[in-house]
Amino acid sequence: MSDTYHHFIPKIEIGKWVQDVVQSFVDHTENFFTGLGNGINWFVQQLVDLFTWINPFVFIIIIAAIAFWRSGWGVALFSLIGLWLIFNLGYWADTMQTLGLILTAIIISIIIGIPFGIWIGLSDTAKNIITPILDFMQTMPAFVYLIPVLFLFGTGMAPGVVATVIFSMPPTIRMAGLGIRQVPEDLIEASEAFGSKTSQKLFKVQLPLALSTIMAGINQSIMLALSMVVIASLVAAPGLGAKVYLAVTQLRLDIGVESGLSIVIIAIVLDRITQNIRKQKKS
Amino acid sequence: MDKIEVRDVTKIFGKNPKRGIELINQGLTKTEILEKTGMTVGVNKASFSIKDGEIFVIMGLSGSGKSTLVRLLNRLIEPTSGTVLIDGKDVTKLNKQELREVRRSKMSMVFQRFALFPHRTILANTEFGLEIQNVSKEVRRKKALEALELVGLKGYEEKKPGELSGGMQQRVGLARALANDADVLLMDEAFSALDPLIRKDMQDELLDLQSKMQKTIVFITHDLDEALRIGDRIVLMKDGSIVQVGTPEEILMNPANDYVEQFVEDVDVTKVFTAEHVMKRPETIEVSRGLRVAMKIMKDEGVSTVYAIDKNKRFLGILYGDDAAKAVEQGKSINDVIKPVESVTTDTYLIDMFETLSASPVPIPVIDDSGRLKGIVKRSAIIDVMADSSEVLNGEG
Ligand SMILES: Nc1ncnc2c1ncn2[C@@H]1O[C@H](COP(=O)(O)OP(=O)(O)O)[C@@H](O)[C@H]1O
Ligand SMILES: [Mg+2]
Repeated sequence: MSDTYHHFIPKIEIGKWVQDVVQSFVDHTENFFTGLGNGINWFVQQLVDLFTWINPFVFIIIIAAIAFWRSGWGVALFSLIGLWLIFNLGYWADTMQTLGLILTAIIISIIIGIPFGIWIGLSDTAKNIITPILDFMQTMPAFVYLIPVLFLFGTGMAPGVVATVIFSMPPTIRMAGLGIRQVPEDLIEASEAFGSKTSQKLFKVQLPLALSTIMAGINQSIMLALSMVVIASLVAAPGLGAKVYLAVTQLRLDIGVESGLSIVIIAIVLDRITQNIRKQKKS
Repeated sequence: MDKIEVRDVTKIFGKNPKRGIELINQGLTKTEILEKTGMTVGVNKASFSIKDGEIFVIMGLSGSGKSTLVRLLNRLIEPTSGTVLIDGKDVTKLNKQELREVRRSKMSMVFQRFALFPHRTILANTEFGLEIQNVSKEVRRKKALEALELVGLKGYEEKKPGELSGGMQQRVGLARALANDADVLLMDEAFSALDPLIRKDMQDELLDLQSKMQKTIVFITHDLDEALRIGDRIVLMKDGSIVQVGTPEEILMNPANDYVEQFVEDVDVTKVFTAEHVMKRPETIEVSRGLRVAMKIMKDEGVSTVYAIDKNKRFLGILYGDDAAKAVEQGKSINDVIKPVESVTTDTYLIDMFETLSASPVPIPVIDDSGRLKGIVKRSAIIDVMADSSEVLNGEG
């Protein structure tokens, strides 16, 4: 049936075209992406080295202190016990790898995402162009990103970071745009009436007032990044995700439960620490 | 010279403003243009001028184009056509940089909903205008503190706007505008969001500040009482057009058309006019000139009383003809027979003088803050005002 159909109307070769385009793109940009990949790897490694250099107990206490500062006793206690449990289970090194990956991805998301967010906040044209791209980035199954990313970066930490950035950046952009748009019209008007330049208006009025919304976006991005760690392990990014992947392929429920639990703990701690910045600003 | 001159300024909101202008020139009304093209006439060929140092009130119902008009002055809204001259310079021709300069140094704005920056302290809000001019930290702090003190908010510097009441927030709005030291204050319904008592306080305070600072104030309101209370001159707007320009008296006494008349119909003039508006020139005697001169004045002018003042025109009391005659016989001095009488100040509203007036056998003296005699008010003056007579205008000089 399908053969007869294709006899009359040839198949539209979307998959092949994309593959051809990506392949020719890869051929022409190999040096650039290899360099970029090395840069990312280097950066993650610095973070991981730093995290593992710190004594785990000192590290746990630092995180608990931050949690106390941001949220209070409850979260501080949870961080203390949760992180200690991760250490006790023997997933400390993996957790540090994962933190390095997430932190790098989030830093890149912020560096790229905030300017784009400001742009869609200020320009309707930018919003109309970029919003569908963000929708696309978020609805396309995350696995699909792995393929071009593999083409460009090979396997390892770098492609994991890049795939994580693509998947987790949209909320940062969206919420930054939303935050800018939510600034009340009369405040914009006031800043203009006093003779602000566009940049003064942005830095003295719009960004400060959008800050809590921007933080909420970053918080969402962090959560999305954590949800990517297992997928990132498919391109051989090390860390807790790789442990989950191992557990699945070898049917090791024990490893699966322990590494999964570690991810959950990290997720809750990061969420509470970053979420509370928003609440503090509001009150 | 006029501080601000507005010539034929029009603002059309919509897709094809040029066509809107054509339709206006053909004589179509705001409603007709809206029906025909979907465009809104915000301001329709407004022309007027504002003198240096006056409080110029733009008044009209909601939607009549007041906010649009005031924003055409500093080009927060771009005029579709017409010119706006400030100190003789055409604002509509300025480039971005020059326009910013005008906004920074010439015109400050106070907003209806205060428009304070919630993330900044009161002090930082007040400093805003100077901060964006890159004025040094010490200077702008000093000026902001002065402005805050002027509006009575000393001690609130470190609070956030959210911690203050509406009235206090608007004082900050005022301080923020004053800190800039601009000659012109644009106030768009600055007091409309406040409750009536606070509002009255703020009006008084604005008048008080104005007597010290002599700014040119463009004040917008939809409330006629407010307009009459604080305006040196008032323009009345309807559907984007200017219906009448004049002093409060002119508008009340000679409404330009039915629209204005309807507007002013319900005004209680006794709450609008003060003693100053209705007082007349009294016959006075400077006490050092003695009793005989006083009696001669009374005889010449055909009056039975004169008002006694000292060399500095300070009011001392009243001298009755009978008392003067007796005193001369008995060889007493003028100071022995001057009688006290209840007086009112120049800014007393008519409504607040009824009792004094009806209890007093003679016209009551009107004195200023330093006790100088400025005039007298007869019972009949109030009746005249209430009867809508033009007496008020004549009586003012
Ligand atoms: N940005 C805008 N776009 C379209 N129409 C507007 C805009 N701003 C004001 N208008 C219209 O212009 C008219 C005058 O509005 P406005 O100046 O706000 O009146 P007021 O301040 O006297 O209440 C109204 O009919 C209003 O709907
Ligand atoms: Mg308005």
